[in-house]
Amino acid sequence: MTDLPAAGGKKLGLVIDLDTCVGCHACVTNCKEWNTGGHMAPLTDVNPYGAGADGVWFNRVHTYEIAPDGDPEAGCGRTLHFPKSCLHCETPDCVTVCPTGASYKRASDGIVLVDEAKCIGCKLCAWACPYGAREFDVFDGVMKKCTLCIDRIYNENLEDADRVPACVATCPTSARHFGDLGDPTSAVSRLVADRGGIELMPDLGYRPVNRYLPPRAKHTATPATPSRQDSVTGDRLWAMLDRLLSR
Amino acid sequence: MFPAPSVILFTTLSGAGYGMAAVAGLLAALQPGLIDSLALPAMALSLGLIVTGLLSAVAHLGRPARAWRALSQWRSSWLSREGVMALVGFGPISGFAVAWLFPTVDLGPLGLWGIASAIVSVGTLFTTAMIYQSLKPIAQWHHSLVVPGYLILGPMTGALVIQALIAAHGRVPASISLIAVTLVVASVVVKTAYWYSIDTQRPRSTASALGLGNVTASSMEWPHTEENFLLKEMGFVIARRHARRLRHMAAALGGVGPIVLTVMAMSFEGAIVGWACGLAAVLALAGVGIERWLFFAEARHTVALYYGRYPT
Repeated sequence: MTDLPAAGGKKLGLVIDLDTCVGCHACVTNCKEWNTGGHMAPLTDVNPYGAGADGVWFNRVHTYEIAPDGDPEAGCGRTLHFPKSCLHCETPDCVTVCPTGASYKRASDGIVLVDEAKCIGCKLCAWACPYGAREFDVFDGVMKKCTLCIDRIYNENLEDADRVPACVATCPTSARHFGDLGDPTSAVSRLVADRGGIELMPDLGYRPVNRYLPPRAKHTATPATPSRQDSVTGDRLWAMLDRLLSR
Repeated sequence: MFPAPSVILFTTLSGAGYGMAAVAGLLAALQPGLIDSLALPAMALSLGLIVTGLLSAVAHLGRPARAWRALSQWRSSWLSREGVMALVGFGPISGFAVAWLFPTVDLGPLGLWGIASAIVSVGTLFTTAMIYQSLKPIAQWHHSLVVPGYLILGPMTGALVIQALIAAHGRVPASISLIAVTLVVASVVVKTAYWYSIDTQRPRSTASALGLGNVTASSMEWPHTEENFLLKEMGFVIARRHARRLRHMAAALGGVGPIVLTVMAMSFEGAIVGWACGLAAVLALAGVGIERWLFFAEARHTVALYYGRYPT
């Protein structure tokens, strides 16, 4: 059913730290490896070894150069790696535009999924997603997307520590965090509160669950050297001495 | 957005088909007897165009055999509503066709069937337009002039085709030509306003798509080396210069041409009237085809911002 479940309750999602992500693409690779045998398997490839290589991936890492506005030559430019996968929005249009009910959002944990048996491959959900989270499988003729590894996070055959999405499990810098963003006391929610986690394109009104932690302010290379004017009131004695000796 | 030929064909052809069913229906209600000799060719062509367009749309699907499932989610999906409207619409349109073709069969007043045919036709065009207008990630589609464009261009081509059919049989009543010219002028006005408006939209920046304020973000590396589904489907870019040229072509073929030819047909008599009206309809369909291609080609999806594809 393409009607959205009532708001509230569990909101499973990811918190991605843009300050620590090094752009190694390990999350991308492990996502592909797990999911090509997982719930939405296979993640087919077209010409994987030739020209025009293409295929279905649930997670992609972009790399940008960031410069302060108005002064791109200021020398403060920095590199930003930006992993992007389904944000499991609270009010996603990808679900409501689906004409068949194949696209749905689970009431129990908020995960957005595609029922491949019902998908007619109209691609309207991909058009409705502003973030590019959905990718069409040309072989199966159906839409595929991130499942937040439902076949891992509830998998009782795995150790507790491994019951996280494949991208989170593999991140070498712990830039990816998984948890319940509907619970304000959860570790991920606290992380978002502490670091000012951001929502992508909130003005569109999709209310994404995943959050991004913005890069921390850059440390200045030269340590601040206190000048005469910087002297505080407690230094009056020294200032007096200085004046006396300077005569 | 990628201008898929099947979708362009669908909205152009079924737009004309529904336009014919709407214009013919209203004429039957408002000026009974005016175009009675036209029942068979008009309704056969109208339904033919509608069915061809719909089949082309179904062929566009990844899994066409499952198309019937699209009728289920009318409560939330405009695509589903379009499917339902298209299917339900066959009732009143065929009813109108039968009542018009066989006056001896007692189906009730023809005018009522005509009005019903017009309502479902315009309703279907509305649902089609809403599929596009409801998509928030595409600023050029999430625009209040998208629905008027579809609602006017369909009946515009429909009226010109009806005028051509009448001209093939004999004299064209002035009222038909006036309706056609009015719709062509309205189409030109709406599309010109739409094009002006999307040209002056303030584009979103890559930095804003990343959620970063007060910075300029430029794409340094894509996640992949080749074009993927996202870029092929939603990263289509057309040069401003080409777009302008195509807009002029669409306006010339779909606007100026049909107006001049219709005015010509009104002022002359003889075989030339048939040719002029026929040409006007063909030019208008070609013009709308180009307009539909541009409607996709000029539409920019937010996902392409992540690839730094649009200049800011």
